Amino acid sequence: MSPGATFRWSVRREIWEHRGIYLAPLAIAALVLVGFLIHAGQWAGKLQGIEALAPAKQVHAVILPFGLAASVILLTAWIVGVFYCLDALNAERRDRSILFWKSMPVSDLTTVLAKAAIPMAVLPLAAIAVALATQAVMLSVGSAVLAAKGMSPSIPWTYVPWMQTTLAMLYGMAAHALWFAPIFGWMLLVSAWARRAAFLWAFMPFFAAMALEKVAFGTQYVWLLVGYRITGGMRAFKADATKDPITQFSQLDPLAFLALPGLWLGLVFAVVCIVAAVRLRRRREPI
Amino acid sequence: MAVIEARGLRKAYGTTVALDGIDLDVPEGRILGLIGPNGAGKTTALHSILGLTPFQGELRVLGRDPWRERNLLMSEVCFIADVAVLPRWLRVSQALDYVAGVHPRFDRAKAEGLLGRTTIRRASRIGELSKGMVTQLHLALVMAIDAKLLVLDEPTLGLDILFRKQFYDSLLNDYFDGNRTIVVTTHQVEEIEHVLTDLMFIDRGRIVLGCGMEDFAARFVEAMVLPDNLAAARALGALHERQVFGRSILLFDRVDRDALAALGEVRTPGIADVFVALLAPPSPAGTRETA
Repeated sequence: MSPGATFRWSVRREIWEHRGIYLAPLAIAALVLVGFLIHAGQWAGKLQGIEALAPAKQVHAVILPFGLAASVILLTAWIVGVFYCLDALNAERRDRSILFWKSMPVSDLTTVLAKAAIPMAVLPLAAIAVALATQAVMLSVGSAVLAAKGMSPSIPWTYVPWMQTTLAMLYGMAAHALWFAPIFGWMLLVSAWARRAAFLWAFMPFFAAMALEKVAFGTQYVWLLVGYRITGGMRAFKADATKDPITQFSQLDPLAFLALPGLWLGLVFAVVCIVAAVRLRRRREPI
Repeated sequence: MAVIEARGLRKAYGTTVALDGIDLDVPEGRILGLIGPNGAGKTTALHSILGLTPFQGELRVLGRDPWRERNLLMSEVCFIADVAVLPRWLRVSQALDYVAGVHPRFDRAKAEGLLGRTTIRRASRIGELSKGMVTQLHLALVMAIDAKLLVLDEPTLGLDILFRKQFYDSLLNDYFDGNRTIVVTTHQVEEIEHVLTDLMFIDRGRIVLGCGMEDFAARFVEAMVLPDNLAAARALGALHERQVFGRSILLFDRVDRDALAALGEVRTPGIADVFVALLAPPSPAGTRETA
């Protein structure tokens, strides 16, 4: 068996076990669509007289529900990723199935990398696919509603550069996957290490450090560090750009993002966590 | 080439010594029964052989260091470590797909054929199967892998007698071909007695007895002795003595059979009898010292 085939089957096995990887974004997408069906009339109403608006406001008026829908679905993927990671190396020990997986010619490295690929690649790609499909459905519904109101059904296509918007979304997901890598690495490590209560072990050290720092020194650097890790991925876009919907390549700032020490330090931390998780899994027995 | 070769295999958990310097040679084509009380070190020995735990001393399995090369070793070694380790969420069809996907020596058609003899449905999740069916599935997966060494750790624990019987029958008829090697641990000694070619008793991390089954039959003998002959029989040096229905049964290792036959009814003991004789603490009644 080629290493590639072993890796692909290991990823597939993760998706079999954690159906939330695709069910969660799909469920959120269904909710979003219901919301849009309710809101579509109001949305179309706001587009009356769109020709008279300034260009920036034109895009804004059209894209708002689409951007919101995509954001909610993509955010869901990251949240699912956190819970997935905390379970990934823990559940197989709890249900003793690690003894079956280890009876197969698959190395611990391949297994852990396949698990790391879920939040880093599979979930973002699944979420993007679901977000794009949702937007496509919204576009057809939106056009139908516009036509029913006697307006031009091509308004959404005329005012929004969909190609750029979609590519910017892909770019944003890739940037965030890299930016969040240390979070997922840490969760995988805790999942491999903890015997129980992986969730607590993952979060408590930070709360404890925050409390200790506040009491001892009156400062809140740990809190700032955590906040920076959660929101810092937006630095992949120009600072003033994030107030508006991202529809132009000029709003992206890949060079500044790649120059962030926080990005590279985070990636180093993620690699250290994953190496440690591989070593831990090698000696781990059922709980 | 020896399939398993160990010299001074040692493993301690903190101050508890699980394996206390074991030497082991298992040649190709043997069926070795590893027998010992709970906590004797059986599972630790098997886990060392399978690369699941680090160890001290020398150990080669099929010429490889199991701890360093577990994933390479697993293409030639199969194991069922404990019953019910198949994940409950996995579907039977997915189990077949996965093993076919990652295992170079898996013969899917053979596995399908073995499953065809059972009532297991492909669409079922493992959590929906009975314990006996899960074992049938696991055995079907493992027997369809063309491995050189098969390790079974309590493979039939908690199964009813029909499934247990079927398990070993299937293993002997459909799997074992004289070239493969099997190592098995179990508490149900009687059931594997006639399957084994070799036997090893392990207690407190040490090997208490290791011998082939022909040798076992030649060495150990049991005699049911009438009270009149008891003193003469004891003089031959019994390993163990017990009372059944008022008669004494004495167990001997390497004794003059003819001399013994004159004193009582002689037969070859079961593995369980020898196990008790070698490992049980002397009981207050019926020991050699009591008159």
